[in-house]
Amino acid sequence: MRKRKAAVKKRVPLLHLAHARSGDKGDTANVGLIALKPEYYPILVKQVTAAKVARHFKGMIAGSVERYELPNLHALNFLLHGALDGGGTISLKTDAQGKVLSTALLRMEIEVSR
Amino acid sequence: MAGAPRPVRVAAGQGFWGDWLEAPYRQVTGGPIDYLMMDYLAEVTMSILQKQKSRDPSLGYAKDFIPALERILPLLVERGVRVTANAGGVNPRGCAEAVAAAARRLGLSGKVRLGVVTGDDLLSRLDELMAAGQELRNLDTGRPLSDVRPRVLSANAYLGAGPLVEALRRGADVVITGRVTDTGLTLGPLMHAFQWRTDAWDLLAAGTVAGHTIECGAQASGGNCLVDWDRIPDLANVGYPIVEAQPDGTFAITKHPGTGGRVTVAGVTEQLVYEMGDPTAYITPDCVADFTTIRLAQAGKDSVRVSGVRGKPATDKLKVSVAYFYGYKAVGTLVYAWPDAYRKAQAADRILRERLRQLGLAFEAIQTEFVGVDATHGPLARRATDLDAVPEVQLRVGVRAAELAPVERFTRELAPLILNGPPSVTGFAGGRPRPEEIVAYWPALIDKRAVLPCVEIVEV
Repeated sequence: MRKRKAAVKKRVPLLHLAHARSGDKGDTANVGLIALKPEYYPILVKQVTAAKVARHFKGMIAGSVERYELPNLHALNFLLHGALDGGGTISLKTDAQGKVLSTALLRMEIEVSR
Repeated sequence: MAGAPRPVRVAAGQGFWGDWLEAPYRQVTGGPIDYLMMDYLAEVTMSILQKQKSRDPSLGYAKDFIPALERILPLLVERGVRVTANAGGVNPRGCAEAVAAAARRLGLSGKVRLGVVTGDDLLSRLDELMAAGQELRNLDTGRPLSDVRPRVLSANAYLGAGPLVEALRRGADVVITGRVTDTGLTLGPLMHAFQWRTDAWDLLAAGTVAGHTIECGAQASGGNCLVDWDRIPDLANVGYPIVEAQPDGTFAITKHPGTGGRVTVAGVTEQLVYEMGDPTAYITPDCVADFTTIRLAQAGKDSVRVSGVRGKPATDKLKVSVAYFYGYKAVGTLVYAWPDAYRKAQAADRILRERLRQLGLAFEAIQTEFVGVDATHGPLARRATDLDAVPEVQLRVGVRAAELAPVERFTRELAPLILNGPPSVTGFAGGRPRPEEIVAYWPALIDKRAVLPCVEIVEV
């Protein structure tokens, strides 16, 4: 039974289910993740947890990850602490303001029904 | 207001200092608007302006604002469009003088009234405020400002919509402010036009959401929008967003007809979540807006209706943005070509780091990125890339230090690699990287009653 259930699932990048925009507040980046269709929102809530996002960005951020829910906008907001090498003018990174961490999150793979 | 109340239209003319110079003109000429909102100040802009003012006391404001306004001022007067702009930087009075001179050049004497909002600048009062118990602790680190006090370059409280409302009530056609919140530049006109009370929290929150939606200019009307990005029409002629607000706090986001770009629920949602913290508490000097109450609906082509916004009472604090001198940095690049582009760039980085180590230079940080492989998405991208096939890789190395000397020495270590490092290297025509001063940002809170906003009216 378990095996059959697994067979009807497939892994897809978040890019197929969501869009995103990111920005900065000091050394913290925020990534707003928005479901492309309202029916995708529960999938995001269930699978794109703070812990999973922290694992996704392992080696790229120094601090913790917080998640907030905006069911009205079918969106999740993630705060990635210590993501920007000091942030703003201090940072030596190309993406000092975390502008494209949005699409980096969309590389995450999640499971959906076929 | 008799009969059906008329909506009030606030148009975004500038989303940051350096935004499209054509936008304000097109917003004024493309259709009817009541207010033009121009946001010029980012977090570190104030320190740059402070530096300019210390060299020339007549400067310290966003200079681009003057020609932009000079171009549209006759139209503004003719059509009764009023302007709110935080272009005043650390010298709103100097900015107002320059605007007044421009108005006189245009023969508009007696026809323009300027409002000048000051009181945000705390630099000269900083020691007095700290002595009186305002510790101005860093919101991120918790450290008191006394840690960096000798290196402070500017200190400004974020004022809210209140002083803008007063300036508009006293008849100002152009309101020039220092550090006012981006959202206040839109909320102020709405509070004035609809006579919203200062404790009507839901209305103030709605006006704040309206301000947040258009404060980054075209980012709400098709610019930098990921959804179907390659099908967004005519970004060359993108229409900047316009808030069309009703007295009950509901509003539509739209743009002028015949312009490019796109206003959709998806695009507006992207802007709403931009730079967001806790969505239930978007804190401004005017109110605390709850972004989880916002309802969006596509009301027609290029029109998104926003309703349902709830707010909570304002806090008794204001945010303060302090800029202080931090140190120096420099970033240098070299480009390596196929074959083995990535491996050559990696080898060059190892050689460079070994030479820097042998020199014993004291850096706070050395950061290497391989542009084309991992600069934006780090290991996530590296894993997904066929590294042998990459046609070229830009090696990008940055260093940061408290002192100038090690940074200066670093800038001389890149060019030698062209002849004494790995092969197939190019892209150095720009010459040596230049060391830059780092001015860092220190966010803090201050008691509201310690800050005294001031509104002056200047007749041109």
